[in-house]
Amino acid sequence: MAETTETTAVYVADVEEFTKGIPKEIFVNGESIAFFKTNSDKIRAIRNSCPHKGGPLSQGIVSGDYVFCPLHDWKISTVDGKAQAPDVGCTHSYSVQVEGSSVYIQI
Amino acid sequence: MRKENIVLIGNGMAGIRTIEEILKKEPNRFTITIFGKEPYPNYNRILLSKVLQGDSDINEIILNDYDWYEEKNITLYAGDEAEEIDKKKKVVRSRQGRECPYDHLIIATGSNAFMLPLPGADKEGVIAFRDIKDTEEMISASKKYRRAVVIGGGLLGLEAARGLLNLDMETEVVHNSSYLMERQLDEPASRMLKNDLEAQGMRFHMAKDTEKILGKKRVEGLKFKDGSTLEADLVVMAVGIRPNAVLAGASGIDTNRAILVNDHMETSVKDIYAVGECAEHNGIAYGLVAPLYEQGKVLAERICAKARTGTGYQGSLTYTQLKVSGVDVFSAGTFQDEEDTKAIRVHDEFEGIYKKVVVRDNRVVGAVLYGETADSPRLLEMMKKGQDITGLGKTIILPSEQEGGEAGSLTAAMEPFETICGCNGVCKGDIVEAIQKDGLTSVEEVKKHTNAARSCGGCKPLVADLLAHTLGDEAGEGLQEEPMCGCTDLTHEEVGEEIRTKQLTLTREVMNVLHWKTSEGCSKCRPAINYYLGVAHPKEYEDDPSSRFVNERMHANIQNDGTYSVVPRMYGGVTNPDQLRKIAEVADKYDVPLLKLTGGQRIDMLGIPKADLPSVWEDLNMPSGYAYAKSLRTVKTCVGEDFCRFGTQDSIGLGIAIEKKYDRLNTPHKVKMAVSACPRNCAESGIKDLGIVGVEGAWELYAGGNGGVDLKGGELLTKVQTTEEVIDTISAYLQYYRENARYLERTSHWIGRVGLEHVKSVILDNKEERKALIARMDTALEALPEDPWKSITSNEKKREELFEQKKVEVLQ
Ligand code: SRM
Ligand SMILES: Cc1cc2nc3c(=O)[nH]c(=O)nc-3n(C[C@H](O)[C@H](O)[C@H](O)COP(=O)(O)OP(=O)(O)OC[C@H]3O[C@@H](n4cnc5c(N)ncnc54)[C@H](O)[C@@H]3O)c2cc1C
Ligand code: SF4
Ligand code: FES
Repeated sequence: MAETTETTAVYVADVEEFTKGIPKEIFVNGESIAFFKTNSDKIRAIRNSCPHKGGPLSQGIVSGDYVFCPLHDWKISTVDGKAQAPDVGCTHSYSVQVEGSSVYIQI
Repeated sequence: MRKENIVLIGNGMAGIRTIEEILKKEPNRFTITIFGKEPYPNYNRILLSKVLQGDSDINEIILNDYDWYEEKNITLYAGDEAEEIDKKKKVVRSRQGRECPYDHLIIATGSNAFMLPLPGADKEGVIAFRDIKDTEEMISASKKYRRAVVIGGGLLGLEAARGLLNLDMETEVVHNSSYLMERQLDEPASRMLKNDLEAQGMRFHMAKDTEKILGKKRVEGLKFKDGSTLEADLVVMAVGIRPNAVLAGASGIDTNRAILVNDHMETSVKDIYAVGECAEHNGIAYGLVAPLYEQGKVLAERICAKARTGTGYQGSLTYTQLKVSGVDVFSAGTFQDEEDTKAIRVHDEFEGIYKKVVVRDNRVVGAVLYGETADSPRLLEMMKKGQDITGLGKTIILPSEQEGGEAGSLTAAMEPFETICGCNGVCKGDIVEAIQKDGLTSVEEVKKHTNAARSCGGCKPLVADLLAHTLGDEAGEGLQEEPMCGCTDLTHEEVGEEIRTKQLTLTREVMNVLHWKTSEGCSKCRPAINYYLGVAHPKEYEDDPSSRFVNERMHANIQNDGTYSVVPRMYGGVTNPDQLRKIAEVADKYDVPLLKLTGGQRIDMLGIPKADLPSVWEDLNMPSGYAYAKSLRTVKTCVGEDFCRFGTQDSIGLGIAIEKKYDRLNTPHKVKMAVSACPRNCAESGIKDLGIVGVEGAWELYAGGNGGVDLKGGELLTKVQTTEEVIDTISAYLQYYRENARYLERTSHWIGRVGLEHVKSVILDNKEERKALIARMDTALEALPEDPWKSITSNEKKREELFEQKKVEVLQ
């Protein structure tokens, strides 16, 4: 719970900068974050690091709410960062707000 | 003894089927001569819509090729029309002046498309949809023009419209009724069909009568009776057909709408018979192949027996299926409600499913199925037999309505006499017997042995299901095939086949039409579908980067730390000081952590950050080496005759030519080649997907070698004299591999599975197929995109989308 106490909203990009099906990597304060635009135009953000061996999730194949890691094909949820069975593990997920055309992330 | 002469007028589907039936009974009794107006051997008219889509050529829809005629000793005059029947002298005269005596004359002249007699209907760009010529005209019009109008919202019109859409034309359909296919569908089904087709991009103008066709020399538009107009560069009339009975009529044979025949297909003149769309039996001239094939059987019986036998032909129950991908439609018999009928109805607007079974006096007399047509064979059988359905529950009449109804085999519950292939009248028992007796193991073999699935192809899933079911446990490993992935129950082969036959063109469409269990697929099926679509539509298909593995999307190999490697092309492993200097400069400029000579005779620059890739490529200004792709990797070469004392051939020259020719081609898995100039084999040709070894005055080609996980030596494919033959053989081999192998199957595993002899029989022995494969390879090569490194560096948007690493800093 400690995480949710002190966060700030940071503007990261405009909605048009994201492409459906192709994730985008953005460094926020030096931390690499993978952004996803779903088919229903939602923006999601998780740490760009696979819970397995740190693979860059922003380079994976996206399918619905999941991304397949480019290194060893783990399936990671873009909603909560959890690895899907049989694999276990979790990467941080960020909450995202869209106001007008601006995308903000809670850091 | 003199052989009896059979002359056939009309080289189409009904006529040739009759000849096939005759030959089955009497392979040697007759001398057979055929006149065919069209300059082709017998082809499958039904599949013209597939050709219309532009992804297959006529070779693929040929039912009997010229070799077949030769083998059967049949004289075919293709392109020559019969003009006169002299029934006294019993001879047929042709336009080109041939005179042919007959003992038995079969007229099978089919139909002509009916052209509305509108003012302006003779303008350029106004055509029908009936034969290869029409189809070719539409394809070529689509390259020059944009707006197509189809007149006629019936079966044929809608199939034409879908084809034109696939050819990237804006397609409008004009229909004179308020409902599409009103002769086959009731209102709810017709409305669902219209909605689904609109979603595919078709536009409709309903209840419109065309008054005239506008334009100068070429059509420019349509004017309707209500005064409105519509622009058009191409008008396809699909308003119906007219039996072709002119020649018969002029020769004194009785005709009405078509040529009159009795139950034994005899016309009013002795020894002259008619069969197919040009024949009228009991007041009906049929326009579908199933009845025509039944007629053909009866006629063969009549001619071979020299007398009337049995009850002859008793008319057919017809039914309709629409061959437009994404919409499943079935209709048969009396489908409208009448005073004395009742109906079972299922209407699920969420799933887009509609089923109506019309019952009179406790018997099924008609049905319309929309969105799910699996129950059609069962319903047809009930209608044919006039089965009393008193007391039968709904789920017996419509088995798919059972809870979890789709699970299990569709054909398991069918009786042996129930029909699987409606077009060819093949029942379950026939197929099971052929599978068991002749040891059949594939749908293709079942097609050849039983004719099932040989016409419209709609029953192919049933045949496949029956095949799997019949082989059951004895099927062994090879046949119990794994589905492509967890998103579907279909195998790789089945998905590929469905893409071809249903003419699917987009990843999403494939997943929708084939009922994928997940909405967007997974990392297994998406790349595979993307590959199959590309092979099926080399010219039209636009690659989907979001379905590519990271390496193929980024055009570089990802490393364990998330950086990438860059391997530029060095054709044939040959380099020069300029290239080496450039690589050295770039390596300095970007601090490349490691330069390494690869096992593929070129240089790898490893450890480059993602964001630097486009500028590294730009500075190198060399083509991508595709070291990351399911594509041609390298063609290794040895020094060869230029320098080596043992060299017999120019291995470097040939290697470079090959690498340049097939560079950038998509393949099921990576493909590696090598050319050595003597059997010492310094380029390791023996462990390549295709290895070439020069010997005195010839080249040996070795196929299916692999130096990776399962080490395997290549097997001798063939030995040829010239480099042209080498290239042709590679084209045929690679194209067959591209079309036939599963995605991610290396040549060594593929050949292990299908057998080298099989591959040889297709790409070396079958001259027609070899030619066709080479032609399809050339089409694929022509359609290749430019070098990806170049196109990405010059495309700001792509550069940003794929490679930008944006940085956001927050000051706190
Ligand atoms: C760079 C290179 C090694 C080297 O330093 O020499 C190399 C590197 C890789 N090979 Fe290889 N292979 C390289 C030549 C070979 C060879 C030798 C050859 O081509 O003559 C073979 C055996 C021959 C063969 O393929 O039949 C080879 C058999 C494999 C295999 C096993 C393939 C198989 O069918 O069994 C894989 C795995 C795969 O493709 O699924 C593989 C996969 C890989 C990958 C792409 C692994 C990956 O997916 O990340 C490696 C990338 C490393 C990196 O970080 O960049 N590499 N690899 C060679 C590049 C050649 C080139 O110029 O394009
Ligand atoms: C695009 C399309 C889709 C179709 N889809 C289906 C379907 O899904 N299911 C189905 O059951 N049916 C379908 N049909 C109908 C089916 O193709 C026909 O019913 C069938 O081909 C008729 O066979 P036939 O032999 O009677 O006539 P044809 O196949 O037309 O053969 C007659 C041949 O005779 C030639 N000929 C005519 N006059 C002469 C002469 N004087 N001398 C020499 N040759 C002559 C003609 O040029 C023609 O080649 C479709 C038709 C088309 C055009
Ligand atoms: S053999 Fe190939 S895949 Fe294995 S570590 Fe070496 S380069 Fe990588
Ligand atoms: S690092 Fe992601 S699966 Fe191995």
